[in-house]
Amino acid sequence: MSVSIQESLEGGEPVEEGHYNLRLYVAGQTPKSILALANLKSICEQHLAGRYRIEVIDLLEYPQLAAGDQILAVPTLVRRLPEPLKRIIGNLSDKERVLVGLDLRPGAAK
Amino acid sequence: MTATPLPRLPKSPTGIKGLDDVTLGGLPAGRPTLICGGPGCGKTLLATSFLVNGAAMFDEPGVFMSFEESSADLIQNVASLGYDLAALMAAKKLAMDFVRVERSEIEESGEYDLEGLFVRLGHAIQSIGAKRVVLDTLEVLFAGLGDTAILRSELRRLFAWLKQQNVSAIITAERGSGALTRFGLEEYVSDCVLLLDNRVDEQITTRRLRIVKYRGSAHGTNEYPFLIDTRGISVLPVTSAGLAHGGSGAVVSSGIPGLNQMLGAGGFYLGTSILVSGTAGTGKTSLASHFVESVCARGERCLYFAFEESPAQIVRNMRSIGLDLQPRVDAGLLRFEAARPSLFGLEMHLARMYREIEEFAPTAVVLDPISALRGDSGDVHSMLLRVIDLLKSRGITGFLTNLLAAEGRMDHADAGVSSLMDTWISLVQLESNGERNRGLYVLKSRGMNHSNQIREYQLTSQGVHLVDAYLGSGGVLTGSARITQEALDEATARRRQLDADRRRREGERKRAALERQINDMRATLEAEEQEAHQAAEHDAELERRFQAERSAMAVQRGSKLA
Repeated sequence: MSVSIQESLEGGEPVEEGHYNLRLYVAGQTPKSILALANLKSICEQHLAGRYRIEVIDLLEYPQLAAGDQILAVPTLVRRLPEPLKRIIGNLSDKERVLVGLDLRPGAAK
Repeated sequence: MTATPLPRLPKSPTGIKGLDDVTLGGLPAGRPTLICGGPGCGKTLLATSFLVNGAAMFDEPGVFMSFEESSADLIQNVASLGYDLAALMAAKKLAMDFVRVERSEIEESGEYDLEGLFVRLGHAIQSIGAKRVVLDTLEVLFAGLGDTAILRSELRRLFAWLKQQNVSAIITAERGSGALTRFGLEEYVSDCVLLLDNRVDEQITTRRLRIVKYRGSAHGTNEYPFLIDTRGISVLPVTSAGLAHGGSGAVVSSGIPGLNQMLGAGGFYLGTSILVSGTAGTGKTSLASHFVESVCARGERCLYFAFEESPAQIVRNMRSIGLDLQPRVDAGLLRFEAARPSLFGLEMHLARMYREIEEFAPTAVVLDPISALRGDSGDVHSMLLRVIDLLKSRGITGFLTNLLAAEGRMDHADAGVSSLMDTWISLVQLESNGERNRGLYVLKSRGMNHSNQIREYQLTSQGVHLVDAYLGSGGVLTGSARITQEALDEATARRRQLDADRRRREGERKRAALERQINDMRATLEAEEQEAHQAAEHDAELERRFQAERSAMAVQRGSKLA
């Protein structure tokens, strides 16, 4: 599997209600970043099918983007939409925590 | 073995006054330095100064990565110290990055590393070609991130990475209880550790700096006081423990002719220390002002530290004795530095003096009065010792005044500093006959044969005036006693003068009488002589006549006879 820059996996209008705009910051194709993307995709497919968009940003190529989203750790998943902004760091292997972070835990969302 | 010079550790000068002295050149170049200390002790400021000076003075651009304050806040905070960060940023001499770490906004899921931080830092360093980096305060990460094990290994990696980047870095850290830093950062940064301290003693705060370690370099080991004010940070190196002051034979006037006379050399030796002690109202400041005036009159600079009076007050008061110091102030020859002694601790005063002296480069310094410096007598003594050391090492003449609490008793400050002083002038109140008079004597003056007299002096509208001492049968007298005695002496002298005159006149009269007699007798003698002469002539005439008659008669007879 390859990680490309700003790889859009699913289309859709950004202004749509309940739409998730996610950004995954990584630094090179490390096992951690590959695992993180895989984990993210699987979670999204399971919980946000059809209403999400993932951008992957490799900081080794775009280091200037790190400051804007206050990236410190990698991998970092940033939920840009819906508001408020959320950050989840790590390889996203703890699914429960990712759901909490994205406000997707059953009962907590909506 | 040939004596090749050993390679010296390259250093990165901080540009902070004094700090480069105690570190013998600055912080280790290309290595990280840890600065730890409690809250509000100036860590961020020190780090900022390092960057700003690096960019402005040494052409070394710097990156400031802040974890606590936003860039805008930081720019505003240090603007009060005269640092224009925005301008430096515009000139690509400085890059700032605010790293916000908020625990509540971050969810952790699985493994991560801090590559993002490295990327940001690396990007900032590259964007301006930075040689210096500040990380302030890295420990925020411990609060923001839950996995301490990851954090620690990443920090270790970070410091190794910083060394690789060959940047001189400052990492600030909070002081921990029992340890240098709360999270043991000193474990990772082992090249150079500075400890800042902000101690409150008797309600007075003193900032101190200590070099805990400096691998590969000698350094000062003491706690050095430092100062933060509108001109940034200055550290006071309390070195110069050696006694290597030169001895100059040059003499500076005390500004009072009478006092110069009392000092065998005609004044004070240049670069020595002079103490004037006396009780309240003995004119210590007046004496100091005379000295100041004489220094300024020679076109030299004088720095006046006033601890009890404001400059305006001193100038006004000195006008009353005919000294106008204001033109000297206006001409830039005299600078007053007035501060309440209680405003800072002793060390801070010292640090301030150090800085002012460095800046103004005076040839003479006045401390008025040293008794105002409060604190433990040992502390006061050590501070004065260092002030005097500082002055002497620069060949500055020091003029210190000391207020004595009670007449005739040495104050602790007096006894403590007396041995440091080269000249000690004591002002005393001489009480007798229901009046007080001011007396001055030179208690000691090293290297010159000084007067041992107590001289009376007056504060007149023309300045301090030393009255010629009355030295007579009655001892040394002052005030009205002196005047009485002087009058008495004058009367006696006049009487003696009159007697002498009378005797002289009598002698003249006698001599005149004798001369008259002599003249009379000489006249009589002359008369006698003349008479005798006339008588002799008469006799001769008679004889001639007689002879003539005889010859006539003989002719008559002869004709008859012939």
